[in-house]
Amino acid sequence: MKVTRRQFFKICATGMGSSTVALMGFSPTLALAEVRSFKLTHAQETRNTCPYCSVACGVLVYSMGDKSKNVESRIIHIEGDPDNPVNRGTLCPKGAGLLDMVHSQSRVKFPEVRLPGSNDWQRISWDDAISRIAKHMKADRDANLVEKNKDGLTVNRWNTFGFLASSAASNEPGYLSHKILRALGAVTFDTQARI
Amino acid sequence: MALQSLDIKQRSATTTATPSVRQTVEVAKLIDVTTCIGCKACQAACMEWNDIRDEIGTCSGVYDNPTDLTENSWTVMRFAEVEEAGKLEWLIRKDGCMHCADPGCLKACPSPGAIIQYSNGIVDFHEENCIGCGYCITGCPFNVPRISKKDGKAYKCTLCSDRVAVGQAPACVKACPTGALHFGAKEDMQDYAASRIIDLKSRGYDQAGLYDPPGVGGTHVMYVLHHADRPGLYSGLPKDPSISPLVSLWKGFAKPLATVAMAAVALGSLFHYVTKGPNEVSKQLEDELEKEDAP
Repeated sequence: MKVTRRQFFKICATGMGSSTVALMGFSPTLALAEVRSFKLTHAQETRNTCPYCSVACGVLVYSMGDKSKNVESRIIHIEGDPDNPVNRGTLCPKGAGLLDMVHSQSRVKFPEVRLPGSNDWQRISWDDAISRIAKHMKADRDANLVEKNKDGLTVNRWNTFGFLASSAASNEPGYLSHKILRALGAVTFDTQARI
Repeated sequence: MALQSLDIKQRSATTTATPSVRQTVEVAKLIDVTTCIGCKACQAACMEWNDIRDEIGTCSGVYDNPTDLTENSWTVMRFAEVEEAGKLEWLIRKDGCMHCADPGCLKACPSPGAIIQYSNGIVDFHEENCIGCGYCITGCPFNVPRISKKDGKAYKCTLCSDRVAVGQAPACVKACPTGALHFGAKEDMQDYAASRIIDLKSRGYDQAGLYDPPGVGGTHVMYVLHHADRPGLYSGLPKDPSISPLVSLWKGFAKPLATVAMAAVALGSLFHYVTKGPNEVSKQLEDELEKEDAP
């Protein structure tokens, strides 16, 4: 493009003039100020329990999409449930960061097994996982159950086994876990009944 | 009817008055330093709600993580180890924007509408109007705003204006598991703080008090401190913060002078044009120059 000396001066003068006018408050943009809109207005709200520890804080899980046929839901926000008597809306730093656990690349979403001598994890079905665990439990209990202590008193302790129950289990599953595991002789297990 | 969800009190680099007839409730966040355990749930909740994620840093030898506010960390816990009367005290302060009633950032900002103060007391940055000059950092008595390396714009705590606008509490306050953070009308927060201070005094903290510094017109984020006489103990919280006199000079006294100077230049140019006329270039010289320019 060829710009003459005169055109160059005109461009400069127009530019300077208009920017001065804009700076003096004659800007053509509308003087609006709006806060970031509330992002959960029509998000789906689902109650759930924080999976981390046995305190079992109530959480509200917000997902986008209204569950219409063609819409894929995705969790966009998680915060404390004010109606849950345990935490009354509050969360610890781990609970407050739950969203990133849900979407974590390394999150385990199905049962996996690492066979003896192997260094990689294989996906297995829930049925296989449960049978496998039951077989291991049976073998270990048969080998290590202490039926009587040194004074000959019946104790039925199974000290080589530990069990971690879900933090999401409510009172009834907590009771059942307790009942089944104590019946087996298990001593070491954790549910929120501990708290 | 204005098209915003919160009423505006002040707008950066704007001289026209904002509508101010409606009386809205002034809100405040109260940070009770004495019941904070430094768990950083507020930091996590802040990042989660505001869709910001900071880089994963390295351990600096203390609990501070990250070690300073950034464009992605609008609140950070600052841990100070202080010896008081032969006892070690671990003073943990949640740092972030104080939402001053007289905000230095807004005063210093040259870009219209980049910083807004709402009538409920929240001072909010509107990044779409931000020109990234960094004057808000110069104007801030608490050294809070940070310029992003990604987009060159300034970011800081919004007091979750999007949540407050729909009647909810800020994300940090909601998450706090020990109740060290409280949110409500500023008046109610002052009342609650007073009850906390009575409790602290009965436990031997004679200097316990509320931090609501008058130098910046009061703040909408207040602290309950065990040592209110020495806020500096809490990782350098300023004792009597105020806006830098340079900012006041430059945005107060010097501003009309600059307008006068600009008008004088325009008038002078007009006067020169009328009396002396435009600069004449002879036809011959012009032809020569055009020939030189031609390829």
